[in-house]
Amino acid sequence: MNYDKYALFVWPAYAITALVFAWMVIDTLVRAGAWRRRAEKSETDDRP
Amino acid sequence: MIAALANPHRFMGFSRWAAPLLGAVALLLIAPGLWLGFAAPPDYQQGTTVRIMFIHVPAAQTAMFVYACLGGASFFSLVFRHALADAAARAAAPLGAAFTLLALVTGSLWGRPMWGAWWVWDARLTSVLLLFLLFLGYMALRAAIDDEARAARAAAILALVGLINLPIIYFSVDWWNSLHQGESIFRPGGPAIATVFLIPLGLMSFGYLAAFGALWLQRTRAEIWRRRAQVAAVQAAGR
Repeated sequence: MNYDKYALFVWPAYAITALVFAWMVIDTLVRAGAWRRRAEKSETDDRP
Repeated sequence: MIAALANPHRFMGFSRWAAPLLGAVALLLIAPGLWLGFAAPPDYQQGTTVRIMFIHVPAAQTAMFVYACLGGASFFSLVFRHALADAAARAAAPLGAAFTLLALVTGSLWGRPMWGAWWVWDARLTSVLLLFLLFLGYMALRAAIDDEARAARAAAILALVGLINLPIIYFSVDWWNSLHQGESIFRPGGPAIATVFLIPLGLMSFGYLAAFGALWLQRTRAEIWRRRAQVAAVQAAGR
């Protein structure tokens, strides 16, 4: 792969894309896990 | 199908397997898309910056698709007062903002070597910036109003008004003089892109859409769990 003078633009574009995708995946999974545990705990505590 | 999934219980059953399945489909499309994209030869005009197109165009297409989903969900939420539609709308906004940010940043990184400028106040670029601000505005409006029902209505109205921006983005290159290139895929006479670029672009575009689908379903599930936890907390406080 020859990126010559454009490497300074191509690699940051891919790096930023990887970072944003990583944020979307991690934030989504962490958020879903946290709310799931909280909902299950609240509903269990609520049962008479 | 939409009517069947409108039931949160059915939606949770469906999304439990559909979200990981769409995630796997996204990986299966994006991995070869990246491979073929990096293996593609430099373009005769753009050189190696053509590789930015494989992540810029799918991000821009997905950002517009997310806004259409946000608008559709907001319509069902506002007109039919459907709680699941509101949860779906709320879940879509941060993803839409992220995809729009990617479109803007990767476009800027392509524009600097090709146009000689990081940014120009061109109709296409400006309307996509407006799309980003609409996503941020939607989230800010929801966060600013304590009453969730009022916040949902106000944000839904904003989302529906913002739908007018989608045709403006799409046709901006035809309606105004623009530095941004015109439609090069869905046009009469077929795509203006060589197959060696079109295949990785197509794989990445569908891969991005599948990734959004997986993340959207999972975030909507999170939103439903959040509401369940809130209801349980209110019931516990009332005893």
